[in-house]
Amino acid sequence: MIELQHVAKRYGDRGIVEDLCLTVAEGEFCVLLGPSGCGKSTTLRMINRLIPCDSGTIRVGGEDIATIAPEALRRRIGYAIQSIGLFPHWTVADNIATVPRLLKWPEARVRERVGELLQMLRLDPASYGGKYPQQLSGGEQQRVGVARALAADPDLLLMDEPFGAVDPVTRDALQGELAHIHRVTRKTILFVTHDIEEALRLATSIALMNRGRLAQYGPPLEILERPADAFVHEFLGSHGIGLKLLSVRRVSDRMRSGETAEPDAAGEPVAADAPLRDALAAMAARHTDRIPVRDEQGRRVGVIALADLVR
Amino acid sequence: MTGTHLLRSPALWVWLVFAALLFGMPALEPLFSHIFPGIRPAVFDRDSFVALWLSHAWLVLLSSAASAVLGIGLAVFVTRPAGRDFRAIVNALATIGQTFPPAAVLALAVPAVGFGPRPTVIALFLYGLLPIIENSIAGLAGVPSAILEAAEGMGLSAAQRLRRVELPLAAPLVLAGLRLSVTIGIGTATIGSTVGALTLGTPIFDGLIGNKLPFVLQGAVLIALFAIATDLTFAEAEGRLRTRPGQG
Repeated sequence: MIELQHVAKRYGDRGIVEDLCLTVAEGEFCVLLGPSGCGKSTTLRMINRLIPCDSGTIRVGGEDIATIAPEALRRRIGYAIQSIGLFPHWTVADNIATVPRLLKWPEARVRERVGELLQMLRLDPASYGGKYPQQLSGGEQQRVGVARALAADPDLLLMDEPFGAVDPVTRDALQGELAHIHRVTRKTILFVTHDIEEALRLATSIALMNRGRLAQYGPPLEILERPADAFVHEFLGSHGIGLKLLSVRRVSDRMRSGETAEPDAAGEPVAADAPLRDALAAMAARHTDRIPVRDEQGRRVGVIALADLVR
Repeated sequence: MTGTHLLRSPALWVWLVFAALLFGMPALEPLFSHIFPGIRPAVFDRDSFVALWLSHAWLVLLSSAASAVLGIGLAVFVTRPAGRDFRAIVNALATIGQTFPPAAVLALAVPAVGFGPRPTVIALFLYGLLPIIENSIAGLAGVPSAILEAAEGMGLSAAQRLRRVELPLAAPLVLAGLRLSVTIGIGTATIGSTVGALTLGTPIFDGLIGNKLPFVLQGAVLIALFAIATDLTFAEAEGRLRTRPGQG
């Protein structure tokens, strides 16, 4: 879906992005991760031509972006940023309808799509559609920002720290919704953050950048288990890597299937697709070393024990 | 807006009083002759007040429209990437235009374009430029960069960003500049009468020259009411722009 070949960007004699090669397959949730100033935002903005690249080639869906008019390219790519940038003089519905209207969709289809998106982001279309951005909370505004990015049903979504400015509870909810949207729509998402936990939770692949170069690229588990160099090891937080592994691996990877009748594994079951960390937290809170596991329908499917977490 | 709302508008009331005096001034002849015995006629009658007002308003409208077109145009230009370097120069020129006393501009314009309404239009135009330029630049430059980035990132062209996002968001400030410019213009147009323009200032200068105090009074009251009514009308328009929910 996205192909970067030897891409570089310099400001004066300072290299922001240097010789970057990166391929993101269709349907991936790729997180560009790294310390501030590592060039991750610049990389993102080169993909929709908000920033021109100095050298190298960028392809989106197989097409060299240099051959597409910037406006046409951007209308094909969803874009959400931390500061959201909702238009304060337009209603929520008009904000979401921005790109479909630029693409001259029939008005009936625009309205239908706006309603669909508001529902997808858990905002009641009847009460939210006519509101103005200032009347919304920060979390609601960011939901509208995400809905606006998804409006014209783009295959590719670029997100620049979209949840960086909301409170932890709202961020958690928004991350959950974005993960859900990704699972349901299978859109390719390129997501910039400096928050490792956020990256581990959302990514199917992580591109870790340092000083304008790609330090390591791969699935979260691989990066945690086999850091490519000292920088990667340190950035992941050398001491906390074990705990982060628990955030990435799922309960279903380690549970004992079928052991449903154990009397000591009582209490609220943990979901099979939850990270192991949730199981550990539940054990610590309940002073137990065994917890039942349920599937998505709520049926008990097995048990997970403390020893399973560290196997 | 319903009828009852309209009655609560102060601008409307001032306009009504203004219109009543404009049309009814000759009927006040007995009153003025009583207060100022010995001055005949006691009400200015060389021209009708309505004609004076129409000419006065036309001069202001013409010069303000020109100031607005050039002022907003320049503000748009210097807030584009291509014109950014000219921002300081434009600001400086507009400030110089403002420091020239309008009387001096009139004096300089007369030899160039002759007597009549033209020097007045030139003076009002130059004088009205600064508030429009300053406010329009402030309004356009004040649009948050996040909004512009989002607009650009979604694929709005530069023209679409200007028309759909920047100008509507800058509108309250642009309107405030226009208000200042027009209100100043109404007052300043008065002195245009000294170089042959027909304005509500004509009775004032006639009265001063001929020592006829009632003429001065009649012109001054009408100009004041005209300026106040115009200012209040702008204030109401601005208020409506600002209280629109989208403007916070």
